[in-house]
Amino acid sequence: MSVATSAGTVRPRSRALRGGLRFVRAIARNPKALAGSLLMLVFCFLAAFPGLIARDNPNAPAYLPLLGPSARHLIGTNEIGEDLWAQLIYGTRYSLLIAFAVGGLSTVVSVIVGVSAAYLGGIVDDVLSFITDVLLVIPTFPLIIVLVAYTQNAGFWVLTAVLVVTGWSYGARQLRVQALSLRHRDFLEAARVRGERSIYIIVVEILPTMTSLIVASFLGSALYAVLAAAGVQFVGLGDPNTISWGTMLNSAQQGNALGSGLWAWAIMPGVALALLGAAFALLNYAFDEISNPALRPVRKVSASAVRRSGTLAGGAGRDPRDVPALAELAGGARFAGVRAPGLLGPPERAPDG
Amino acid sequence: MFLATLWACITLNFFIPRIMPGGPVLGLMERFRKDNVSPATLHALEVALGINTHESLIAAYVQYVGACLTLHFGVSYMAFPESVDQVVMSGLPYTLGLIGVTTVLSFVLGTVIGILGAWRRGGWLDSVLPPVFVIATAFPYFFVGMLALMLFSFTLHWLPFEGAYSQSPAWTWSSIWDILQHALLPGLTIIITSIGGWILTMRNTMITVLAEDYVRMARAKGLSPRRIMYDYAARNAILPNLTGFAMTLGFVVSGAILVEWLFNYPGVGYLLIQAIDAQDYPLMQALFLLITVAVLVAVLFADFATAWLDPRTRATQA
Repeated sequence: MSVATSAGTVRPRSRALRGGLRFVRAIARNPKALAGSLLMLVFCFLAAFPGLIARDNPNAPAYLPLLGPSARHLIGTNEIGEDLWAQLIYGTRYSLLIAFAVGGLSTVVSVIVGVSAAYLGGIVDDVLSFITDVLLVIPTFPLIIVLVAYTQNAGFWVLTAVLVVTGWSYGARQLRVQALSLRHRDFLEAARVRGERSIYIIVVEILPTMTSLIVASFLGSALYAVLAAAGVQFVGLGDPNTISWGTMLNSAQQGNALGSGLWAWAIMPGVALALLGAAFALLNYAFDEISNPALRPVRKVSASAVRRSGTLAGGAGRDPRDVPALAELAGGARFAGVRAPGLLGPPERAPDG
Repeated sequence: MFLATLWACITLNFFIPRIMPGGPVLGLMERFRKDNVSPATLHALEVALGINTHESLIAAYVQYVGACLTLHFGVSYMAFPESVDQVVMSGLPYTLGLIGVTTVLSFVLGTVIGILGAWRRGGWLDSVLPPVFVIATAFPYFFVGMLALMLFSFTLHWLPFEGAYSQSPAWTWSSIWDILQHALLPGLTIIITSIGGWILTMRNTMITVLAEDYVRMARAKGLSPRRIMYDYAARNAILPNLTGFAMTLGFVVSGAILVEWLFNYPGVGYLLIQAIDAQDYPLMQALFLLITVAVLVAVLFADFATAWLDPRTRATQA
């Protein structure tokens, strides 16, 4: 590591600690990241301890049906007299679980497919890329509901499986593009010359350089999972016995909640979904900014900073993994080949044939 | 590539119902059994609907591909005795009108806003719109749709809340006005939720491109800002947006299905959900295929546009 990163951080500390501190500071400084993390913490709390916020049993038809909002029932009751506030709070759990299950699993699939396609090349790459591209262009929601339609009343794991199958391709494509651009970089050539095995190179040398993309891919597919699952349940193809925002929306639509003035019933699950979605989107957006300095608000890029990064990028002995975006900013010809092909180079997809 | 993808989709469409539990006939049988139809009639129906359980998979596949190529998808269970083609055609114009127009509109608007936003870094367009629309993009379609319904239909009573028309459609001004009124809310919903993606990609690539040497060179040459913005920067920055078009279109179409469902808009997506509810396999397959092929064709156009705008793609093809 060179010393000239930025003023103040010259003191020697352990690499992990410094990384963690930098991470926390980056989040605290970035309002989008801060808002996203706070929202996410609130949702995690609700999912973990729903009983603290809502006293009613979400599954007990204990009240009069179709009550409007009141102090006792904050957003009323549904058509069979269950308390909607309790359902809303308990429903958090379902959305978060499916977000993390699908996000985690499909990120694993994307990494495996994307990186091995790029690294192994040849026929493996052709086949994997073809599958990725096909899944990418097929509109997912029709595919999801068609798949779900054959498994009457999709439960949690069926839905998770369907969402992973339909949701990994976007991340895989981005990871492949990124990995391809890394393939002929010096530090990988060096590892190869050292005689390291492929698996070592992929796990130890390639993956760490793609952390931000992997995080983005996780957040993206988690968001996708939340919305798609709610969509499936909204059109009435989910398991009607689960407590979730999607099934609440479905019952609101079936019961014509909007038409009969019971707005809270129809709107609140949507608000919850939107907030959770916003949390994921904000985090994603923030990670983009944190990992790509060029996208940060303008005031932070002063002329001297550009000059400094220019000299840095030109300087010898600098680890190119650190700040690829700075190289872009400085327009260094040395890194001209580094840029992801998906950004400015010719797209990989041939127009036809 | 296009043909291969098309083939993959057709094949996928063929195998999905066959590897999943719950045979096509069973759903139909149940429907008719409720009406006390005699077994002989049931068998006659099977023959009429082209269901032959003793047929081999390969024969069925060949028949299926033939049907796809000639666009004959048999008879719909749900709307029996109407053919699948007729049912599909009843929904197609509405979906094409609604989704086609809104997708193009939102792409064009989003791209222009992205260009202007990046050009005036820190201006109001740049600091207000991207965050707002990033959040709007994360909103579920049905949430935006419900808000719109609540506001414009149930509170203000300006616009109708469901369906595609209230007087039977014809080529008269009042009927066209009627149809437009019904399409406005669903269309608005789709635009609001999809425009953010375009703005953001465009803005971010535009910012990267504006830092390029050739843009600086263009400035140094003293070219007019408008020329630099559109001919130098935007032309290069739009390429990822076009590539992104391929990926995002699937999302837009997916969301549009939910919008159609929410508004009871009798388009292709609404039909698809109905077909699934009724276990109407032929209709479901035809609709799924139609949606997929439509997206594929749009992607193909996006690719052609990329090739037209980016000489380098043409060079690598040769």
